[in-house]
Amino acid sequence: MTIETKRLNDVVIRFAGDSGDGIQLIGTEFTNATALLQNDLGTFPDFPAEIRAPAGTLAGVSGYQIHFGSHEIHTPGDDCDTLVVMNAAGLKKNVEFLKKGGIIIANEDGFDNKNLRLANIDENDNPLKNGSLDGFSVFTAPITKLTREGIKDFGLGTKETDRSRNMFVLGLISWLYNRPLESSIDFINKKFSKDRTIAEANIKALHIGYSFGETAEMFAERYEILAAPMKPGHYRGITGNQAASLGLVAASQKAGLQLFYGTYPITPASDILHELARHKNFGVITFQAEDEIAAISSTIGASYGGSLGVTASSGPGIDLKSEAMGLAIMLELPLVVINVQRAGPSTGMPTKTEQSDLLLAYFGRHGEAPMPIVAANSPADCFDTIYEACKIAVEFMTPIFFLSDAYLANGAEPWRFPEAKDLDSITPQYAKVDGTATQKYQPYLRDNRLVRQWALPGIKGLENRIGGLEKEDITGNISYDSKNHEKMVRIRAQKVENIAQSLPDLSFDAGAESGKLLILGWGSTYGTIKTACQELKKEGIEVSHAHLRWLNPFPKNLAKILSSFDKVLIPENNTGQLQLLIKGKYMVDAVGLNKIQGQPFTVSEISNKVKELLA
Amino acid sequence: MTEVLQHIPEVFTAKDLVTDQEVRWCPGCGDYSILKQVQTVMPNLGYKKEEIVFVSGIGCSSRFPYYMDTFGMHSIHGRATAIATGLKTSRPELNVWIVTGDGDALSIGGNHFIHLLRRNLDVNLLLFNNQIYGLTKGQYSPTSVEGQVTKSTPFGSLDHPFNPLALAMGADASFVARSMDRDPKHLQQMIERTAKFKGTSLLEIYQNCNVFNDGAFFTYTDKETKAGEALFVENGKPLIYGEGNNKGIRLNNTTPEIVDLTTGEFSTTDLWVHDEKDYLKSTLLTRFFDSPDLENHFPRPFGVLYAKERPCYEDAVHAQIAYAKEGKEADLDSIIRGRQTWVVK
Repeated sequence: MTIETKRLNDVVIRFAGDSGDGIQLIGTEFTNATALLQNDLGTFPDFPAEIRAPAGTLAGVSGYQIHFGSHEIHTPGDDCDTLVVMNAAGLKKNVEFLKKGGIIIANEDGFDNKNLRLANIDENDNPLKNGSLDGFSVFTAPITKLTREGIKDFGLGTKETDRSRNMFVLGLISWLYNRPLESSIDFINKKFSKDRTIAEANIKALHIGYSFGETAEMFAERYEILAAPMKPGHYRGITGNQAASLGLVAASQKAGLQLFYGTYPITPASDILHELARHKNFGVITFQAEDEIAAISSTIGASYGGSLGVTASSGPGIDLKSEAMGLAIMLELPLVVINVQRAGPSTGMPTKTEQSDLLLAYFGRHGEAPMPIVAANSPADCFDTIYEACKIAVEFMTPIFFLSDAYLANGAEPWRFPEAKDLDSITPQYAKVDGTATQKYQPYLRDNRLVRQWALPGIKGLENRIGGLEKEDITGNISYDSKNHEKMVRIRAQKVENIAQSLPDLSFDAGAESGKLLILGWGSTYGTIKTACQELKKEGIEVSHAHLRWLNPFPKNLAKILSSFDKVLIPENNTGQLQLLIKGKYMVDAVGLNKIQGQPFTVSEISNKVKELLA
Repeated sequence: MTEVLQHIPEVFTAKDLVTDQEVRWCPGCGDYSILKQVQTVMPNLGYKKEEIVFVSGIGCSSRFPYYMDTFGMHSIHGRATAIATGLKTSRPELNVWIVTGDGDALSIGGNHFIHLLRRNLDVNLLLFNNQIYGLTKGQYSPTSVEGQVTKSTPFGSLDHPFNPLALAMGADASFVARSMDRDPKHLQQMIERTAKFKGTSLLEIYQNCNVFNDGAFFTYTDKETKAGEALFVENGKPLIYGEGNNKGIRLNNTTPEIVDLTTGEFSTTDLWVHDEKDYLKSTLLTRFFDSPDLENHFPRPFGVLYAKERPCYEDAVHAQIAYAKEGKEADLDSIIRGRQTWVVK
């Protein structure tokens, strides 16, 4: 049988199986190989909060979706072209995401009576046999048996042997989509560098998976996806949390500051801690505190001492940090607060994405306590956005919120990375001792932007006391004077507003500068909105898209932009938080598109709403 | 000549530590004495004034930094310990002091308190214990005695109090001491020992709140009762107290016993000799916490109960960083690049 190679423009593959099946590993390794082939790509890991839910159950299903192509890709794709499932539960939970006529590759050993039972499927109703998948191209193989047989000579136990199944799958799918195995082999060699037997067994499983595709006479065609035309430059693949971590190291190096990262483990922010803890050779201090409050408090202490202080958490942890953020606002010290948002309230759905903490970032502190807020719009953009957050925190002597979310944090994409020398400078606003000054140091004296100075302990002549009690203007002494209080409240607010003066105008990602409909987005909806606009344009529907990185203060030209359109659509993974702010601040009757399902928008959800509004 | 100039010490006096801020504790408050003793001792400790930082939380005691002309931060309730942890970890060369109270350190800040002690940063912690919430005008605190009548416990407190020093020993504190506001000389000695110890030095200071809990510690501070109720311990010396040193403590196997030194049955050579480096015996000593109303109660110990150095957290942090730096050059471009890259032309 001749196997034809068919060229595709883009493909969406979804891997699903038990969380013990190594699905995330298949996904990330397939992604690496794909990135090296210079396809543009977007990924979406979708895994349960339980570390090991009972094997084979619906609760234990872990998924990983990758969208790659020979053109620009900005999302992990809506529905998938190919669904790879390791067991019955994986199929049951994911078949709804498969396009009509799509490919299913199933491990038939994962559909035995036991697995069917665990997936709450009647033993006599095996979906691989009952005709329910007739609309799809179904390929099944006894992957467990084939792997066991293929690597039996290595003498591994059943558990170790079965863990290599994922490499069989990776090999098979690499064959099907013409991906080389080199990067996967490199990875296996590194991961199992201490146990050659396991490394060799996994490499063997990878190869037999690959050969199986070629020899099993199951597939009539295989696929190739050419490199995407991308902006010239050096690229790597990166997740949002990695990009944020590197952005922090870069900012601390460029600012000449020690990075102090005080945090408490929480999903989905912990990977930033893991990444930073590896970079101690940059003088990075990672402090795993006893709780969220100590995490931010220790960071404030480090900021006071002259470090670039950064604390991170997700929703519940951010709640706990509120009081300390108020202190940082009062002390006017640089502090970056990272919120990798997840579905709330309370513990909510810890591994699922949501954009529901925008109003928390805005208003989640007692008193008049304004904080600047920036939000990243893609995994790689986490680097630029957090770098900018650090710059503003240091140069404006202010705590600042950096918003990411589970979708960005875990998602990966190619990143055209910068050279360190090309990054913006960051200039700390140090207080210096003026030899001619006759007065003692005034900690709340400000420059024309209303920014006070950073007076580091250890410098003679700068001894001063600051604290959470209201400050007297200029001297910083405790003051209960009513007029002074109002003055200070307004100064703190104006200082945050003044940041807008140093920001570029909001620009358009798509469409004209005026017209019938503007889609105004923020954060992780960027890629989906962008793709929706591109697809709508192909259909002859022209809409404009502007995406906010700065949520507080808003860009100077936002009012003008909003008034240039008949309608404004704000898609958000919340019940309408930016919409509320835009309505309140600009009196614009913006329309919301809201999805609160722990999942990002699909492109069609956005474009259908656009069509509805333009109808 | 130049050499001489370089070695001019950075001298400052107690007077130089006074700020222009009006001290706003209630007249007669024990805090005045503590402030005075700290200002008296501080110039002799060998630090430059600008290297000293006082960090406090919330409560009467926590106003302290405003009255010390050093660097200072008056922070939020319970968090001074956590803030100081970040400051000292990032700036190990600073001389960091934490001023806190029984509510601040042991109630709202209880968690950070034990974790500070466990990590053992080289900071000094002055715990002003007045067994009451003063700034909020008189509610019981986690050190208030059972039955204590306060504004929030008109029928008497039902809470069992913390024994702060035993709690600290449980958290593996490396330095544990107790003093009192009304014994300036002893307090000065203890502040000096606290300052000079490398590690987290906890000095609990019995401090009288003359407005909401007047006389809470008079048993230990008043002339009439002090000798019989306060046991001043010194390293290498037997545990002796009482009028005319008529009583002592001996260890009968592992059980402490009060003995009468006047009957001839026991002499000072029979007594428990204080060894501040002995964790188990020091732990026993912190357990001398009986109510003075109990018959045959042990006296309350004052002095350095435990002092044994162990590695400090911030030193370990910086040693690890130094080690990492030796092993790997800090090349920003290299980590931005990562392991796998490709070029698009």
